[in-house]
Amino acid sequence: MKRILTLSVLGLAVAAATSAQARDYDNVRIGVDVPYEPMEYRTADGELTGFDIDLGNALCEEIGVSCEWVEQEWDGIIPGLMSRNYDAIMSSMTINDERRRQVLFSEPYITMPSAWFAPQSLDIDEANEETLDGMTIGVQRGTLQDNYVTDNFGSVADISRYATADDMVLDMDAQRLDIVFLDFPIGHYTLIEDNDGEYKEVGERISEPKEYFGDGFGIAFRQRDEALAERFNEALATLKENGTYDEIHARYFGDE
Amino acid sequence: MDITTWMFEWLEGNAIFTPNTLGYYWDGFVTTTQLVFLSLLAGLLLAVPLAILRSSRHKWISLPVYVYTYVFRGTPLLIQLYIIYYGVVFFDGIQETFLWPILREAFYPALIAFTLNTAAYTTEIFRGAIKATSQGEIEAAKAYGMSSSLMMRRIILPSAFRRALPSYGNEVIFMLHASAIASVVTLTDLTGAARFVYARFYAPFDAFLFVAAIYLCLTFAILFVFRQLEKRLLAHLKPLSH
Repeated sequence: MKRILTLSVLGLAVAAATSAQARDYDNVRIGVDVPYEPMEYRTADGELTGFDIDLGNALCEEIGVSCEWVEQEWDGIIPGLMSRNYDAIMSSMTINDERRRQVLFSEPYITMPSAWFAPQSLDIDEANEETLDGMTIGVQRGTLQDNYVTDNFGSVADISRYATADDMVLDMDAQRLDIVFLDFPIGHYTLIEDNDGEYKEVGERISEPKEYFGDGFGIAFRQRDEALAERFNEALATLKENGTYDEIHARYFGDE
Repeated sequence: MDITTWMFEWLEGNAIFTPNTLGYYWDGFVTTTQLVFLSLLAGLLLAVPLAILRSSRHKWISLPVYVYTYVFRGTPLLIQLYIIYYGVVFFDGIQETFLWPILREAFYPALIAFTLNTAAYTTEIFRGAIKATSQGEIEAAKAYGMSSSLMMRRIILPSAFRRALPSYGNEVIFMLHASAIASVVTLTDLTGAARFVYARFYAPFDAFLFVAAIYLCLTFAILFVFRQLEKRLLAHLKPLSH
């Protein structure tokens, strides 16, 4: 028993020593929360696709590493990175200070506002404390939208928190929710484009205050993987220069 | 220094257990206890008549109850909850029926699922206890000329409840722990509160250890209540001298 213990302690020490140095990755595992259309979702035949997926694959190719996508529910996505279930997160994650304390972010690769969506029958033009009074608001648990809604409207409205954006849309269809607060493109795709005019956007798109809405979407790494983050940043700059980025952007967002 | 100022000073010193998040835990505590207590109560009321039907000698009475308990004991509670919460909305026009105000809230579908589930287990616990009634007691009751309903009321059920008590105590504890899945249908129960804190502060250890401690306290309280009940109700089974 003692010997096993010594051996495993030794093993741990060796593992710690090697991982303390910057690792050279040949294979990068990337954590992603699916579905989040059009950023990451599955096609009808089950293939993983979306803006993040295509851009991520292009970045890996540019760097010369092979990439593997690992699915992980949103509320455990940062702890999953810490516990080495994967080496990076590329899943529409907004860069903000709260998260910066936990992870190392790449340069932002896209900026997206958040927006309110509601059934056509909801008779308000703007979402504020008065109009949302007594309503049931849907958010995805642990997102910055959750934090924003909880802090600003938690005292006047009921907040329903969902593990996935899909469950939330299902409950919106079921008429259990009065209004939802989402990343704009996801709400736009799943509620406006995939439905025949049942839903509408309410009020302005929101990207302030920065305390909640941060600085755009970034790829998250463990703090010590600075070299890896740097390689992704360089690759991102290259793809933006040579037009690959624009091509992928146009594939999912048209000319918007 | 009295305890409240000490509490507040301690709370100021850490980022996670602010009065705000403790408020979430408190709400979660209230939801969990309500959900578990109400479903156990309703389940118990359902289980007594069902257990009597289930012990009937007539197949056409006992079989439907058996099918019910088999289905609800044979499928995971999580699946039952999904079916009752997300499944019902696929019936067209359910939103226009009188059921919708109940099914709309997450609380009632969860309460229905938990009640049906615990009623199924409790029915089988009681049935076992009813079947184990000693033949001598039944013969004695018959010899007194008791009708079968009087015999059920005065002889079989009282002793069956006593026999069922220890296993029913287990069922209560299982139900408390099973209620942890309520957060998948947006209810902020104890586990839901812990998941919220975990996702907001990325602190799995603090969030879940704290909630585990609360569950432990609740379990301890349940154990205590059943210990007292057993002491009173099963006193006649104890050895005379100690």
